[in-house]
Formats: sequence, structure tokens, C-alpha cells
Amino acid sequence: MDYIGNTDAQRQEMLKATGAASIDELFEDIPAALRAHAFDLPPGMSEMEVRTRLERLAKNNAVDLVLFLGGGFYDHYVPSAADAILQRGEFYTAYTPYQPEASQGTLQAIYEFQTALCRLTGMEVANASLYDGGTALFEAAMMALRITGRNKIILDSGVSPIYRNMLYCYTSNLNIEFVEVPVYNGRTRRDVVAQRLDEDTAAIIIQNPNFFGFVDDLSDVVEMVHRVGGLAIMCFYPISLGLLKTPGEMGVDVAVGEGQSIGLPLSFGGPYLGLMATRKEYQRQMPGRLVGATTDREGRRGFVLTLQTREQHIRREKATSNICTNSALCALAALTYLTLVGKEGIREVARLCADKAAYASQRLDAIPGVQVSRDAPFFNEFVCKLPADAGDVVGHMVEKGFAAGFPLGRYYPGMERHLLVALTERRTKEEIGAFAEALEGVL
Amino acid sequence: MRVIFEKSTPGRRGVGFPPSDVPAHAVLPPECLRATRAELPEVSELEAVRHFTRLSQRNFSVDTNFYPLGSCTMKYNPKFCEVVARLEGFSQLHPLLPQLRRGGMLTQGALGVLYETARLLCEITGMAQFTMQPLAGAHGELTGAMIIAAYHRQQGKRKTRVIIPDSAHGTNPASAAIAGYEVVVAPTGDRGVLDAQTVEELLSDEVAALMLTCPNTLGLFNSQIREIADLIHGVDGLMYYDGANLNALLGRARPGDMGFDVVHLNLHKTFGAPHGGGGPGAGPVGVVERLAPFLPTSVVEKRSDGTYSLQYDRKDSIGYVAPFYGSFGVIVRAYAYLLLLGGDCLKSVSGNAVLNANYVLARLKDHYEVAFDRRCMHEFVLSASRQARMGVKALDVAKGLLDRGIHPPTVYFPQTVPEALMIEPTETESKETLDAFVAAMIEIARLAEQDPDALHEAPTQTPVGRLDEVAAARNQDTSYTPPAPPVEQ
Repeated sequence: MDYIGNTDAQRQEMLKATGAASIDELFEDIPAALRAHAFDLPPGMSEMEVRTRLERLAKNNAVDLVLFLGGGFYDHYVPSAADAILQRGEFYTAYTPYQPEASQGTLQAIYEFQTALCRLTGMEVANASLYDGGTALFEAAMMALRITGRNKIILDSGVSPIYRNMLYCYTSNLNIEFVEVPVYNGRTRRDVVAQRLDEDTAAIIIQNPNFFGFVDDLSDVVEMVHRVGGLAIMCFYPISLGLLKTPGEMGVDVAVGEGQSIGLPLSFGGPYLGLMATRKEYQRQMPGRLVGATTDREGRRGFVLTLQTREQHIRREKATSNICTNSALCALAALTYLTLVGKEGIREVARLCADKAAYASQRLDAIPGVQVSRDAPFFNEFVCKLPADAGDVVGHMVEKGFAAGFPLGRYYPGMERHLLVALTERRTKEEIGAFAEALEGVL
Repeated sequence: MRVIFEKSTPGRRGVGFPPSDVPAHAVLPPECLRATRAELPEVSELEAVRHFTRLSQRNFSVDTNFYPLGSCTMKYNPKFCEVVARLEGFSQLHPLLPQLRRGGMLTQGALGVLYETARLLCEITGMAQFTMQPLAGAHGELTGAMIIAAYHRQQGKRKTRVIIPDSAHGTNPASAAIAGYEVVVAPTGDRGVLDAQTVEELLSDEVAALMLTCPNTLGLFNSQIREIADLIHGVDGLMYYDGANLNALLGRARPGDMGFDVVHLNLHKTFGAPHGGGGPGAGPVGVVERLAPFLPTSVVEKRSDGTYSLQYDRKDSIGYVAPFYGSFGVIVRAYAYLLLLGGDCLKSVSGNAVLNANYVLARLKDHYEVAFDRRCMHEFVLSASRQARMGVKALDVAKGLLDRGIHPPTVYFPQTVPEALMIEPTETESKETLDAFVAAMIEIARLAEQDPDALHEAPTQTPVGRLDEVAAARNQDTSYTPPAPPVEQ
């Protein structure tokens, strides 16, 4: 099945126009020695056959487990209308809106997305999206280096270890000094941060809620880095901002996050959505696409890609980033999600997540030998200390139908008995009860 | 058209959530809470659906228009691929499951998709191993450049330069720069491709790699490619293949046989996944055997019993370029497309893509100047410089096409061709569509001679006319602010 419309007769007619005797003749620039002869590939199949094969593969994935697993990626509910909008071919089969008159749909949607993100985060300007939360964090770090002309970054270890690993990977060929600050009882160590900050510090990277789910008011940490002339970069979790203090309210300079929670399925790790918002004064140092409002000759409002001289297709090796294709359709998903849940719904869903986590934590705390860490308040995810290896416990819980959480020992040595448990609005009281009973049973 | 925030009515709701069924109330200290509400839209579901449907109707797209945007491969995206990517077994799968104990067994189907897609891509490109992690083409370039750096570092060689032709996509130099390299620009030769002699002149021990798109952005295949590869390999450099234009070679030639060591592909160009209005894409990277140890962590492996596992213990790996295993949803679409196509249809894809391009080129070359007057591969570049002398620039040609319901070619790229119009019809378009495009282009060329002003006014049939980009850059209105209420007299 190749989706080709032309008939043999049409091909002959077209060949005549080109002056070639055969299609193969059109490839004569490829030296004979370089032409491939046989490929070890399966023969093509019909839609029906491929569907059967893919359905079989899809069934071989444990999506029936009840999820108490988060770690920055959550099974929030996606309203049906959001996916219906994404399935408009006019959106998903378009390219990057380089011809604005033919792309007002995509451009206005991006403008609305930028607006929604600014309002959610309390920041002044947001870009059109980056690949994911981790690449957004790397881009934010690069931005801070450009803005300050310094090369040291302080990295709170409450920042997702998944993102810290990505940051180290991307910067391995660049001359950047990273200083990791350990967390104490799950919270950012102000005393250690104070010792590490100096005139070489380009930025501090913090996360709220942090990887352990703890919530903090980090305004004082932001102030500390500002005092030495550095920038504050914060990773945020968009759903939590229905309730929590925003990066903008804390004085953050660059806010980055993973947009999966607002309207995207888990989809085994992607495609996801990199969110980035900053202060107006830094927008020329921001990577990625940016849409601005303007007018046409008749005064009608329209939208265009703007400040493009930051980008690779114009600036090449001097661009702010190499990013071209980003996550436009995922940004549309986030916009439709935020529109459908709206001003009231975003607070409601955040409240539901927090309340269910509070309830689950009480149920788990009541199990002998289990202790929920209450060193700081938490949002929808919390740390439980178990009387056994968390990895083993999770393994037993799978047999009972639960993805019980994330064993922290994988990324935090010494925390082998600690389990990170996540709740979303989708977990019911019954499921939480059954989860607590099952956990008690396997301990 | 009004933005969604202007359609807001206080108190109106879209979708609702069920009331809480738990007795607990989370207690969060006031200093941790936001002081004001997030002013998101307050609209009904119907208003939201109507708003976004209307927005969609203000787009050109492959589903509605011919879209011959050069180097973007705007082919038809089968609806089937959308359906299978949404199967719950794929879409609802948590990416951290494999990191749980014996968790790999919980995701065998998904790991199978990753492994099998990589295997098919190896065969198509002649590479030994693929990573599916890179999230877009430029992300693949950066991954590839980091692999090259890691390889030379392990060899104890200090190499600082990457050669890139002047006709390359802007992402090539930008990616090389982020990987820490100095970019050496190689000029295009008389025949429209990079000459081996030019490469020889730029060669030194500092050269880490040559990044090449082949066929290049002019749609021309470089017949000297083996010689060039030998030159680069002669200084222990590596050959990087930008797969943006692989559609031209499918089933006919493989980058691996040409001497390339690293390949990135754009699943959203060549392999049927949609462009999404600018992403998400997927940019898997393939490498030859000696570079395999440097691929990102993790790697999917097939065990002797036929099951799959994720390998994390990789001491030479460059590390983590993505949070997990790549743009999985995009990879599922490409896998479905590859299975539909099979080995037998690969050749018809490239054959029809190249035939369509040559047909349009043959029909248009008397009406526009051709950047390089020779047969092309899947795309070609015209120049509107003849029309420009009459005051009609490439941009005006583009806007004239919009009024005729056709998405314009890529304009002003490659930057080495004045008034460039880069045209890639793709294999899925019919002769009738190509003829309509040819007719529109000829009509525009005629208008350029007889009534250039008619083109300066274009487009008039789109929702908005030409927009003031200077004002946009000056005003920097990138987020909607409601107008201040009128001051009472």
C-alpha cells in the first residue's frame, strides 16, 4: 500500500514530458555501484492485516494496571472534545506556519497557547513550545549562560533526575560547571545554596513541586540568586498551578515544564510538550518559535511568527537554539485542554489531585511499618518509607494489578525503601482503598 | 477572528469533574498558594469546539490543499496511522513502567514496536543500529554530533570542525555549534553539489565530520559521494547524513553504502507521520557498528527467547537525549506506515516522488529560471529572478499561489539561489493536481509580465491579507491583554 494516485498511463505521459524513457533513468545520477539491489524487508500488507498485528502488540502492554505511578508523568483525564479537535486534518497535516495568510488557524492557536501559559505561570512571555520538559530545561540553562555570560549552574537535586541526566548529556561538550545541592528532608537546602552561590553563578535550577512531590515557597531562593546577579530557573507542573504559587509570583526568570499533564496521553514517553515562559526582558534570548499579533493592510487582526532572527533558519550556527520542528500539535492539545477545563476547572482538578493524595497518604500511613514523609507539604505525590525494598514491593504489587509507584532508590542511593506514590483526579476512593489493602498484604 | 479569551463569560463551564469522593482535604500553607486565579477561558464545550474548528478552517493543510513545500515532504498522512497510535495499549502506557522490577515484561508490545521499527530503518539505510530517542530532525542532528564527539574523544583525538555545505538546512550548523564544533562552510560547486575538490581543500586533522543532505536541498544527488566519504575518512572524520531528503532514495540507494557513518531520519517527512503544524516529529539516528557503543541510553535489545529488554548499562553512551524512548506515538505511526508499504512499495515511493518532481520541472522550466538546469531528484529549485526584474519577487509568486488554493513552495531557500522557489510535490499527488499547479505557476508568470500589481495585492482570498511583520516585531504582542476599560468622563 503506497498511497500513490497516478496510473501507469499517466506515468508514461509524464515520463514523455521529462524526456526520460523510464523512471529508473531519472536516477542515473546515482552511480551503479551505489544502487541497492535487494532489501531484506517484509512485503507490504493491507490495512486490515497491519491493524491485527498492531492490536496484538498494543494488547501486550500492561495498561490495565491501576496507576499510582507518576514521577512527572501522569494519567490525568483528557476531555473527548480535546482529542476531537486534534483530529482535524487542517491542524495535524499542516506544516510550520511560514506562510501566515495560509496558517492563521495554527498561528492564532499558538498565540492563545502562549497567553494561556503566561496566565497559568504568572510569567510575561511564553514560546510556541519545545520538545519536552527536559529539553526545555536544557534550553533554559543555555539561555541563562547567554544572558549572564557566566558558566556555573547550581542544580537542586529535587529537580527530576530524568532531567538532570539529560542536562548532563547535552552539556558534555560545553564548558559548564554544575554544582548539585542535596535536598534535606525533601526540601531545598538554603544554607548549602548560600555557600555555593557566587559571582560566577549563571543560574540556579529548582523544581516545584520537586521530584518527591514536596511543595515549597522558593521566593527566598530566587532572591538569593538574584543578589549575586544570577537567574532563577524553575521546573513546574502545570496542573499544580491551579492551586500553587506560580513561578511568576516567586520572581522566577525562566519557567520550564512538561506539558504532558495538560491534555496529552502518556503514550510511553512521547510525543510530549516542552513549556517555556520568561520575562519580557529576556525574550530575545529565548529559543524556539514565538507568535505575535499584528494587522494586515485592511486593519484586520492576524498573527505571524515574530523575532525570527533568533532562529536557526536565519542565524544558522549563531542561533539561540537548533530547534526547528517543535511540538505544535501538543501545544494545541494543551490549549484545548486549558480551554475546556477553564478557569474553574483547573483549580478543581488541582484540588482533586491534592485531596486524593492527602487521603491516600492517610490510608498508607495507617499500614503498620509504612511511614509517609511529612517533612513538607505535598501536592499530588508523596514519599512513603516501607519496611522492605521498594523495588520488591512494587514487583509484588504488579501481580495484584497496581503500578504502585516509583522506587526512589533507582535515582537516590540510600532511598531503597522509599516509594514515590502519585495520585490524579482519576483515582477513586475505592481504588485507593484497594491499593492500601493490597500494599498491606504484600508487606 | 476574536481570540478565545475574548469569548469568555464569567461563570461559564466547559467540561466538569466529578465531586470529590474522598473525605480528606489537603492542607497547603497559604504562602505556597497562588494569590490570584489563572485567568483561563470560561466557555462552553460547544463554544470551544466551534472556535477551534473555525481556526482549523483558516489553515492550508495536506488534507485540503496541494502543499509542495520543498525539503518538507508534505505527503499524504494515512488516517490509519492516527487510529493505531490511539490504541489504548499504546496511548495509555506509562513510560516509567519498564524501570520497575521486571517492568520490561509489562511493555513488551511497545518495546517490540521500537525494536522492529529500528530494524526496518537499519535495513532501509544500511546502518548497523538505530536509536529511536531523538524527538525531531534537529534533535537527531545534535544527537549525531554528540555521538561523533564521543567517538573522537575516546580515540584520544581533538577535532574541532564540522564541514557543512552552504545549501544545508539552518539546523545543521546550529546543531553542530551546540555540540561544541566550529562550522566550516563549503560552497556549492558549478553542478549544484559539493565538489570533492572543495572538500579536499577544506580538509585538515581538525575535521570531525561532514554533514550532508543527499540529495541536497537543490534536489541533486552527489555522484562524487564515495570519493568525498573517502577523503573525510582519510582524516578520521565521520560522514553525517541529514535524512531530510531520503524520500528520493527509498528502496534504491542506502546512505550506508555511500560511506555515511551517522544518519538521522525524519519520520514526519519520509515515513508518513504528520507534521502537526510544526511538530511533534521524530528524528531517529542510525550509526555504523563502530559507533553503536555511543548511542543514547537506553537501547532496546531482543533476547534469544524473543522477548525485548531495555539496556541501561552502557559505559560509552552519550547518555540521555530524551526523557524516555522517543516520540513513541510518532514512531507507532511510522511503524504502521512501514508495514503497509513493505519492501515492495519503497521503490514506487521514490520513483513516483522523483517522476512528479521532474514532470513539474519540465513543465515549468520555460517559464521560470532553473537554479541548475539538469534532472532533479524528489525536488528542485526555481528562481523568480526573471519575474523579480519586473517587480514580482518570489514572495509575490508565493502569495499568488495562495489565492489559487495552493500552498507555496519553500521560498528564499536555499539562500545561495536568488528568489528561490523550492518545490517538492511528493509521490502521493496525482497528475491532475500537478497540472493545476503548473497552470497556476504559468498564469502567475504571465501576470508578472502583464499586471504585476495584481500579484502585489495578493493574497485576497485568504482570511487575512499580507500581515505587517515589522509591526509585529516592534509591538511584541505575544500574549493577549484585554483592552483597558474606558475611563469615565
